[in-house]
Parts: sequence; C-alpha cells; structure tokens
Amino acid sequence: MVMVYSDNKRLALELIALGKNLAPSLGGKVYAVTINQPEAVIKELVAHGVDGVHEMTTNIPQFKAEEYANLLKDLILEHKPDLVLIGSDKNGKELAARLAGILNTGCVMDATSVTAQGKTITAERVVYSGTGIAVEQFTTTPAIVSIPPRAAEPLPKDEHHHADVMKKQVTLKEYPSKILSVHEAKSEGVHVEDAEIIVSCGRGLKNKTDIQLVSDLAAALKGKTIGCSRPIAADLKWLSEDHWIGLSGHKVKPKLYVACGISGQIQHIAGMRDSGVVVAINKDPDALIFKSADYGIVGDLYQVLPKLVTALKEHAA
Amino acid sequence: MNIVVCAKQVVDVSEIKVDPSTKRPVLSGIAKKISDIDKNAVEEAIRMKEKVGGKITVLTVGSADAKERVKELLAMGADEGVVIVAPVDSEYSVVATLLAAAVKKLGQVDAVLCGEASIDLFSGQLGPRLAGVLDIPQLTYTTKLTAEKDHVTVERNLGDHAATMTSPYPVLISVTKEINTPRLPSLMQILSSSSKPIREWKAEELAGGPLTPKIKTLDIKGVPMSRKNIVYQDDLDASIHKLVGELAKEGVLR
Ligand SMILES: Cc1cc2nc3c(=O)[nH]c(=O)nc-3n(C[C@H](O)[C@H](O)[C@H](O)COP(=O)(O)OP(=O)(O)OC[C@H]3O[C@@H](n4cnc5c(N)ncnc54)[C@H](O)[C@@H]3O)c2cc1C
Ligand SMILES: Nc1ncnc2c1ncn2[C@@H]1O[C@H](COP(=O)(O)O)[C@@H](O)[C@H]1O
Repeated sequence: MVMVYSDNKRLALELIALGKNLAPSLGGKVYAVTINQPEAVIKELVAHGVDGVHEMTTNIPQFKAEEYANLLKDLILEHKPDLVLIGSDKNGKELAARLAGILNTGCVMDATSVTAQGKTITAERVVYSGTGIAVEQFTTTPAIVSIPPRAAEPLPKDEHHHADVMKKQVTLKEYPSKILSVHEAKSEGVHVEDAEIIVSCGRGLKNKTDIQLVSDLAAALKGKTIGCSRPIAADLKWLSEDHWIGLSGHKVKPKLYVACGISGQIQHIAGMRDSGVVVAINKDPDALIFKSADYGIVGDLYQVLPKLVTALKEHAA
Repeated sequence: MNIVVCAKQVVDVSEIKVDPSTKRPVLSGIAKKISDIDKNAVEEAIRMKEKVGGKITVLTVGSADAKERVKELLAMGADEGVVIVAPVDSEYSVVATLLAAAVKKLGQVDAVLCGEASIDLFSGQLGPRLAGVLDIPQLTYTTKLTAEKDHVTVERNLGDHAATMTSPYPVLISVTKEINTPRLPSLMQILSSSSKPIREWKAEELAGGPLTPKIKTLDIKGVPMSRKNIVYQDDLDASIHKLVGELAKEGVLR
C-alpha cells in the first residue's frame, strides 16, 4: 500500500497520481492522510482517484512537525504501507525527515523519480548541486520519499469515484515548542517554472529600483518573468521568493535565460542548468557564470542592458 | 548552557567535474571543507554562548581527516570537537543514530544546532531526523534566533510565510545562510585553538553494535552540461550587435 500526505491540496493530488502509478506492485491501493482538513478537500482527493482517506482531526490546529510526525507514525505502524510519499514543501520536508528518524527507516528527500520493482523501491535525487543524480534503493519498509511539486499531473476528476473515508479524532502528545505568530510573505504570484524567457538579476544590481532595467530587458525580449539569485530574495528582499532561482529556490528551464550581475556560483546554476540558451552579462571577465553560458558580454550591466534593449527593439522593428 | 553544533565535512561541490568517459562525477582529489551553512550554525552558537554562557561542542560524523576542518570551527570559538569516525558513505539513519548517541553521551545538552542543508547532498534531512530520534522539538529554517536562559525565540522562513516560534530547551534548531555572517578567526584565535580538545569516537562503540544502513546507493550518475561559452568583451556596441544576431539565429527572439 502507498500512503500519501501533504497539507498542500495540489501536492496531495499529485502524490495520489504518482502513488497510483507505483501501486500495482505494492498491493494496488493508495491511501491519503488528511489532518484537520475541511470536507471539501477530502471530496477532491476522492474525486481525483484515491482509494481511501484517513481523515484525522486533532487537538493541534496548525501544522507542527513534532505532533504530526507522531500521528503519521501511529497510522504507519497500524496500516504498514510499503511506501510513504510526502509533499516536498517546507512543512513536508521537516515532517518526512522527522518521521524517518522516529521509525528508523530510510528516507529520500526531493526525489526526481521513484520506481517499484516488486516491493523494492528505488528513488533518484539530485546531488552535488546538480552535477550528479544518486540512485538510492531502500532496504527497509516503509520507504519514505518526499516529492517536489509538479512530479505528476493529478488524475482526471471523477465525481462518482468512491473511496473509503475513515474519520478519526486523536489527541496528540503536545511538544513545548509554540507558534507565536505567522506572517504571510508577500507573494507576487510569479511562476518562474512556467516561463519561456527569464531575465535574472543578482548582486550586480546596486539598488532595488534598478530592477526596472531588468524588466525593461524582459519586455524587449517579449517576456515578463524576472528571476533572481538567492541574496536578492533572501538577504535584500528586493524580490519575493517566487523569483528565487537555484538549488534552494526554483528550478527553471526556459528557452532563454539571461543572467545579469550574477556570479554563477554552482548553487545558482543548479536552478537553471536545464535552460535552453543561456546569456550572461557580468563586468568581471573571470566570472564563473561565463562557464555556464552560451553567450556572454563582459561589461557593466548599467551600460549593457539599456543598449541591449535598444538593439532588440531595432531588431524587432 | 550546553550547545552542540552538527557540522559536516564535504567535498567542495563547485570543483566537481563529470568524467566524459565514465559519465560519473569525479570526487577524488577534490578539496574538502566544512559545509557552508554549518559555519552559520557555529556562528549562531557562539552568539548564544556570548549571551547566556555555556559550552559549544562540535560533532561530526565522517572520516578521521575531518579533525583538520573541525579545528577551524574551534578557532571561530567552539570549545571542543568530537569526530565520530564512520564509513564515508554512511546514510542518514546511521548518521542520525550516531549523532543522537553522541548527544546522549555528552550528557545534558540544551540546544542542538545544524545547517538547513548540506551543500553536497542538500537534503535538509539530518536536522529534523535527529530531532525525531531525540524526541525533542525542532525549529527548522531559522533566520533569526534570540536565546534566553530558559528558552529560545526564532523567526522561521517557510517560503510563502514566516513564523515566529518559541521553545524551551532541549531543542534542535536548523539555521539558514541568512541568519548571520560567520566570523573569520584571527591569527591569535587560530593559534590558541590548537590547545582545544578534539576527541575521536568510534562509530560501533558509540552505537553499541553494528549499524545497518536503510538505503543503498546503487549509482551516482553524472549530469554533464555543455555550453557554447562564446564571450564578447571588446567593443560594447559590436558585442551587442553580434549577440542579437546569434539570439535571432537560435530562434529565441519573438
Ligand atoms: C546551501 C546553499 C544554497 C544556496 N542556494 C542558492 C540558490 O538557490 N540560488 C542562488 O542564487 N544562490 C544560492 N546560494 C548562494 C550562492 O552560493 C551565491 O552566493 C549566490 O548565488 C551569489 O549571488 P549573486 O551572484 O547575486 O551575488 P555575487 O556572488 O555577489 O555576484 C555578483 C556578480 O555581479 C557582478 N557585478 C557587479 N557589479 C556589476 C555591474 N555593474 N555590471 C555587471 N556585473 C556586475 C560581479 O562581477 C559578480 O559576479 C546558495 C548557497 C548555499 C551555501
Ligand atoms: N555527517 C554529518 N556530521 C555532522 N553533521 C551533519 C552530518 N550530515 C549532516 N549534518 C548536519 O545536518 C545538516 C543538514 O544536512 P543534510 O540533511 O545532508 O542536508 C548539515 O548542515 C549539518 O549541520
């Protein structure tokens, strides 16, 4: 049996689809776990092909890895799934890892593929900042695997699909850590993963307002998506995290990626190495980014970008 | 207060190349260093100690040569190091079991700090996994930490939102790169750190028996990347003209 969990509904639907793919050699069934989710969410999971739902309600209203890992542990010990798929967002990752620790079982984070040969489960994941792919085989059950978004398309919706919904109210042991407050980060609703053209900026920019130069170039290329390196989003907070590209940010594969004032450290490259054509603009002729680029211009981006915009407009005309 | 920092010796990933004939990443001969974010964890431990007092122990599971790297962390301000010598490719269940055993052996530990993720494997697995084994609270992705005598308050970066959380000790905290800038030790500190102890513990003794991995790495495939690497660096107008021409030929101009 495959058990899936994510508190992100879209991810949960993707996990169900992935689980259904793997289930034939693992007993056929995919069960989802929901914790304190409204009826509407359960209905959707059912309509998207899950075989059963453990609909749990608890004394802990907000996600906390400590308590939720114990809840999953009890369900796993009772139902003995061969494979547990967990959505790889930040909550999911810390949950999967903690759960694996409690159960003393194997765990692969951010798998890019999962296969089941009979009951033997193998997962692949990116290592060495994109330079390698490790092929990991589980020797114990359950195998715990965290799956990043977009690994599978949800199964088509079928309002008549039936699943067993098992409701249970549990009182979890409380840990002394406490959430004091939650602040929504401002999201600009950008989906860099979908963009065909991305113009990205890094610390080569001197001021937040200079991002205008970058969006002007994006517009001249008839794109609108702006990306950035980690420091621009995480340290300076000039752009929201939706724009952050790299190992710890988003992985993109546009047809054209333009890196402006980005040094090209391997952790940035990890997020854009699958791009089609890569262009780099950097004032340092020795910048690493040129090693990861098809075309490069050595120059000050404050001169290069406006001139490039003019040249592109002339070309289009 | 007793603070433990888990620090990992890693290969410098930026130097790894893929062997064109075997299609595998070549790891031999690559420089080793302490995983970047683990230095942020050491820095944060030092700030905690400066505020509430205590002792900082660095724990690492790896090869015996990790001692050289641990010295750098002692020079920064950690008080002692323990290298737990284990097979090089120990998987997470083994590393977490060993670190948990070491934490218990050290006696009363209040805070266990680690990095958000290691730069070679980038799993973000070890911290929360260890917290699970120790059955203590976990505060992951910490971007700001305020330590008091009996509790910590942290800001956590959860991507689409941030959270402020608090926990009494013992607690496990994983830190991000943004939490601080690790200090560079002075020459004096480097010299005086040579008298700080680095112990070596054997994995099997610490665990009290053999450790069975739960995962077998069957293969590590290389992912080569080839780029044209055409760089224009003379006259800017001419460079831009050539670039636009090439982009048009590539068919990426709409
Ligand atoms: C575990 C880990 C995970 C990480 N994850 C990510 C990630 O997901 N994404 C990411 O981006 N980084 C990540 N990093 C950080 C990464 O290692 C680099 O530190 C970061 O990418 C550097 O950002 P940058 O290129 O903007 O800045 P810098 O390295 O400071 O580079 C700025 C560049 O701009 C150039 N420049 C300056 N002025 C001008 C000018 N006027 N015109 C033209 N060029 C100019 C400089 O020559 C320089 O090359 C991670 C690091 C770690 C340790
Ligand atoms: N072998 C190890 N020895 C000590 N600490 C480790 C080891 N492996 C991982 N860690 C710690 O766990 C963090 C996360 O690592 P990872 O789960 O590999 O991304 C690292 O930043 C270290 O703090």
